[in-house]
Amino acid sequence: MTNFTATELLQKQAAGDLTAEAITTSFLARITQHDPHIHAFLAVTDPTEQARAVDAKRRRGDALGRLAGIPVAVKDVLCTRGQRTTCGSKILRDFVAPYDAHVITRLKEADAILIGKTNCDEFAMGSSTENSAYQVTRNPWDLERTPGGSSGGSAAAVAACFTPLALGSDTGGSIRQPASLCGIAGMKPSYGRVSRYGLIAYGSSLDQVGPFAHDVRDAALLLEVIAGHDPRDSTSVDLPVLQYAKVVDTPINQMTIGVPKEFFLPSPSGRGAGGEGAGLDAEVEKSVREALNIYESLGATIKEISLPHTPHAVAVYYLVATAEASSNLARYDGVHFGHRAAAFNGLIDMVKKSRGEGFGAEVKRRIMLGTYALSSGYIDAYYLKALKVRRLIRQDFDRAFADCDVIMGPTAPTAAFKIGEKTADPLAMYLSDIYTISANLAGIPGISIPCGFTKAGLPIGLQILGAPFTEEKLLRTARMYERETEWHQRRPVL
Amino acid sequence: MSLSADEVRQVADLARLEISDADLEPMARQLSAILDYINQLQKVNTDGVEPLAHALELHDVFREDVTGHSLSVEEALANAPARKNDFYRVPPVFGE
Repeated sequence: MTNFTATELLQKQAAGDLTAEAITTSFLARITQHDPHIHAFLAVTDPTEQARAVDAKRRRGDALGRLAGIPVAVKDVLCTRGQRTTCGSKILRDFVAPYDAHVITRLKEADAILIGKTNCDEFAMGSSTENSAYQVTRNPWDLERTPGGSSGGSAAAVAACFTPLALGSDTGGSIRQPASLCGIAGMKPSYGRVSRYGLIAYGSSLDQVGPFAHDVRDAALLLEVIAGHDPRDSTSVDLPVLQYAKVVDTPINQMTIGVPKEFFLPSPSGRGAGGEGAGLDAEVEKSVREALNIYESLGATIKEISLPHTPHAVAVYYLVATAEASSNLARYDGVHFGHRAAAFNGLIDMVKKSRGEGFGAEVKRRIMLGTYALSSGYIDAYYLKALKVRRLIRQDFDRAFADCDVIMGPTAPTAAFKIGEKTADPLAMYLSDIYTISANLAGIPGISIPCGFTKAGLPIGLQILGAPFTEEKLLRTARMYERETEWHQRRPVL
Repeated sequence: MSLSADEVRQVADLARLEISDADLEPMARQLSAILDYINQLQKVNTDGVEPLAHALELHDVFREDVTGHSLSVEEALANAPARKNDFYRVPPVFGE
């Protein structure tokens, strides 16, 4: 039963073949059996009562929500009222959220079953989930490898069939890259499409919440539930939410697909000092090219394009995101919530010691980098320079979408890498997000779907990017490919 | 671009972040390597380009000035590391 998609589980409940309680019990049993090897969850809730309430509603003939009886796992950066919400950080070890994030309220209104909180890199800073203060999540396809990150727990939970759906957050690729490495669908909506209320902030101009699922139909359904205007997030746009799930099976006719040549360079970073760049792996390139051939066979026109400022996206991101993080994370001061040092000498020392003890190495590095980039004498050369190049990156996309419906390429330069492989070199880790980061800087939506496997049996992801607020077109485009292929039906053997 | 341990200490003070003496050198080395990489931006011609701080160039989002739901005092203080009555408790500020 745990192999089913959410759409299938909804159909089986409607037909009377399954109850929400039976579904919940099956997924919980699978988590109990296998999560000790995967470490996807930081907390598993017993949702039997929630499930029984859904079954009772169904028996009474009451109106049911769109996700009635469907388990959803939630990245532990989203506030869930009355539950610990840690961001994978020691500094929030005992933090109990006093309110629900907007997306959590939406899930509850949709009668979804909240099955647990998933592991992530501390404050979503990382690309492998190794920066969690609590545990290292394993890739269900190969336990020696990472699931990617920062939403690695959510991606691994769906790939391992611990839940059919999960939520993540994506600041520089943290949904799409782990989706790619775990062989599932993962989508970052346009900036402003989903409310960030109750999403604990990392880089506020970049962060978006989005869905993980086995296939595009399920991702469309979950996005439809969480998207839409929320006055509590002033950057949430007041645009109508389309019926993504209803239209996802309608193909796009006479589509033009832009393929940026910069996404296929052997060493896309142009990286200088510090070691080898993260070049595009040959097996990944082959699978992505084959996916493009399938689109061509479906009537699409493939057009080589250029996004000339792509090689600078990682550099821009590590100034913009860290500058915003240095400001956002100033709230962890040992006063209002979070860890306070036991011994200190005065107020300033209390703040410094509490932060020094509570934050892990990568979070400290990013706070330091952001503080430096914003400090007097450096702000023009670093932060403002980065914002100017950010506009050039956005203009690259605006020009491309004048001629193309969507842009396609690899989601990540390689398949899943080994645990420990990149932890000693922060820059090497940063470069695993080279293809995903520019979408966050430009605010555009992107989705990763499985498009093949390496010879070693590791999943490969195809990334599809769209113009702002074209989620519908993106989902329909992704679904066209999915209908022609079977990659999304594969499940790892645990 | 190379940051000294002293510069790292100064930035850590600005960030109110305690970094142990043993961690200063590695932090200086890692930040220097990242800054070397980031310095590629200096080669990009940005003459006449306006900074883009936000993908949605929204300004001044207003709401009606009416009282809405907010956390109770108990809820707001529930996660405080130290409290006294209805207040957050902090070490003495004066006399440092």
